[in-house]
Amino acid sequence: MAYVPLADQDKEMEMHHPHSWVEKYVFSQDHKVIAIQYGSIAVFTGIVGLALSILFRLQLGFPESVDFIDPNFYYQAVTMHGMIMVVYFLTALFLGGFGNYMIPLMCGARDMVFPFLNMLSVWTFLISIIILMASFFVGGGPTGAGWTLYPPQTAMEGTPGHDMGIILMLISLAVFIVATTMGGLNYAVTVLQYRCRGLTMMRLPLTVWGIFVATILALFAFPALLVAAIMMLFDTLLGTSFFMPAVIEAGTPLDHNGGSPILYQHLFWFFGHPEVYIVALPAFGLVSDVLSTHARKNIFGYRMMVWAIVAIGGLSFIVWAHHMYVSGMHPYFGFFFATTTLIIAVPTAMKVYNWVLTLWEGDIRLNAPMYFAIGFVFTFIHGGLTGLFLGNVVIDLPLSDTYFVIAHFHMVMGVSPILVLFAAIYHWFPLMSGKMYNETLAKWHFWLTFLGAYAIYLPMHYLGFLGVPRRYYVLGETDFIPASAQDLNASITIAAIFVAAAQILFFINIIWTLKNGKKAEKNPWGSASLEWQAPDLPPKHGNWGEDLPTVYRWAYDYSVPGAHQDFIPQNTPESEEPTVDEEHFDPDTDESKADV
Amino acid sequence: MSLFKTLAEKPWETKGVVGGLRPEGVFDSPNEKVTLNFFLVIASVVFSLFTVSYFIRMELPDWQPLSEPGQLWLNTGLLVLSSVFFQWARNIVSSGKQKNLTTAFVGGGVFAILFIAGQLMTWESLQGQGYYLTSNPANAFYYLLTGLHAVHLLGGLWVWSKSSMRLFAGAEAKDLKLSIELCTLYWHFLLIVWLALFAVLANT
Repeated sequence: MAYVPLADQDKEMEMHHPHSWVEKYVFSQDHKVIAIQYGSIAVFTGIVGLALSILFRLQLGFPESVDFIDPNFYYQAVTMHGMIMVVYFLTALFLGGFGNYMIPLMCGARDMVFPFLNMLSVWTFLISIIILMASFFVGGGPTGAGWTLYPPQTAMEGTPGHDMGIILMLISLAVFIVATTMGGLNYAVTVLQYRCRGLTMMRLPLTVWGIFVATILALFAFPALLVAAIMMLFDTLLGTSFFMPAVIEAGTPLDHNGGSPILYQHLFWFFGHPEVYIVALPAFGLVSDVLSTHARKNIFGYRMMVWAIVAIGGLSFIVWAHHMYVSGMHPYFGFFFATTTLIIAVPTAMKVYNWVLTLWEGDIRLNAPMYFAIGFVFTFIHGGLTGLFLGNVVIDLPLSDTYFVIAHFHMVMGVSPILVLFAAIYHWFPLMSGKMYNETLAKWHFWLTFLGAYAIYLPMHYLGFLGVPRRYYVLGETDFIPASAQDLNASITIAAIFVAAAQILFFINIIWTLKNGKKAEKNPWGSASLEWQAPDLPPKHGNWGEDLPTVYRWAYDYSVPGAHQDFIPQNTPESEEPTVDEEHFDPDTDESKADV
Repeated sequence: MSLFKTLAEKPWETKGVVGGLRPEGVFDSPNEKVTLNFFLVIASVVFSLFTVSYFIRMELPDWQPLSEPGQLWLNTGLLVLSSVFFQWARNIVSSGKQKNLTTAFVGGGVFAILFIAGQLMTWESLQGQGYYLTSNPANAFYYLLTGLHAVHLLGGLWVWSKSSMRLFAGAEAKDLKLSIELCTLYWHFLLIVWLALFAVLANT
């Protein structure tokens, strides 16, 4: 153990320096290594989720040609795809991956508050993934109850994976929640307690604000899923009737009696809706920083952006029942949730305006991160607007359980956050690896992904208008659905395969760059935020060398009038601020001295 | 930390080091205490959601309230004593003394173990009377809520046992101050949770 003094703390921080390869790369307590471990496990799981989607898309597009996909496997693939993408991929990658990497660096800290707990978090996450994947190998396979796992069908004989599959899924979720809580406590307390000298909350980059508020949401929303999972485990394993009503299965009454499936739905969506923002808020933060840096302008309306993040976070807890309009709720109840849903659109729209106004008259540099960030603004507007339709009870009722819903949520919380993920990975890749990726390949990756995503999801809205229901193994002969709908389905499948294949470009780019890529220069984008000001590229364990940084300004001093370069790093004192006319600099008016 | 004051700041206007040696808004408590407070809020959410589920499920026609064993009053007394002993230990370390610390701290944990044993006896007694887990949702909730509360206590007892061993190994009061303060906070929290759960179980 070595002790490194912290300038802004009364006591010393205990740094656990690695002594072996295993301590450095496997059981590491360095937040950057843990971030990459979290990210790698999440990406691996995401690839499984993506592969499953291609399989069930093959069934939907070409039902006559794929004999190896039976109805049971179709439902299992759909269920596992949904749960993997929402929980084990996006949540883990944004919070465990980017949260871990960015928070200590952007806060000017050496590490998380509790590095050991952080390490425990990633290993617990891995255990949850192993349990999840184990369900593919048990008798009956994984659960096929749909990603929402609604009872009573989760436990019914006709549902694939109704025995071991659902049990493993519930245990995996419970373990995942433990991992998220350990990580989340670390992220939240690090932001509150471990910021360096001069770094007030309102000087934090929006990335940290987004991840911070999303973490708070995760800490308070995941308990609802935990409560639902525990009660469902009791129902499934021990025969209680919390959620399970009296059911007759193949002519035989089950032992359950009187449970409330609607109670489960309330608990699930009390978690489920904040979950949307657990994914979206970090994306909002990351994209704000990418847009601002590459537009060479300060983010438009910084305070409003912070307020919007906080307001969205608060409101996200009182909109959950808009997922349940068809469950037969009281009209006033529906009215309340429709109103809150439309209200949450206000801060969200404010953010969109601010992103566009950040670009307005900016010195825009159209590189790969910027392509993905601008692409996000498009897909998020489209996905957000269809949300306004579905938020209204009367419009939601006919569209519920159709492909319109699938198209909406994939645009808003599938494609949009993933575009941000790519923007962020390309933007911070030089920091994380010390290498510069191939720009041409990255731009090809963008166009194929962006246009391909529209080719998938735009037609799905039309399928939804036609009334094509989701979760059907085959459409069959249906009077109100024209035969041409099947052609559209086939084209969607082709586009999906195309987009999935395009992701190979991304992996080639990353792997090739890591092996043969040219060395990145320090702070290649001319970024003002603190993470790029670390003395080493990539930053070493402990991040800041001998002395912790001191922050003198916010993270968005771009194109400041009078400054000789178009950005001023956060740790540049006013006295050292490079100006065009240095002769007239008056040290007596240097505020930093007075404040110290 | 004033949330509204913080959110009203205009960071683009202020330059230089603000907030003195530490940034404004940092809680003036050890990180462990801040983290425990966060955890207590999360645990409160878990217990609240179970309680809300209890009230919703109670409205359905198959609910048959069970008659809670009188022993719960005795168990409650044990948990109160446990909390009192932890508070005693906390007062001792706060005043920088060492006398009676072992009695107070170890005693607090022992009363908690007795409480859990008492809870298990109520389970046995209910089983003997035919109140099985699956026979009615009211029974299921009883076992679930008391079990969940006991699991939280067991987690606390794990930390308590580690600190107790340090105490027996001759650790001084000042070295255990934070540990004892956190244990006391956690025990008071679990006492409040139990009193709330007991009130709900006994009155429905």
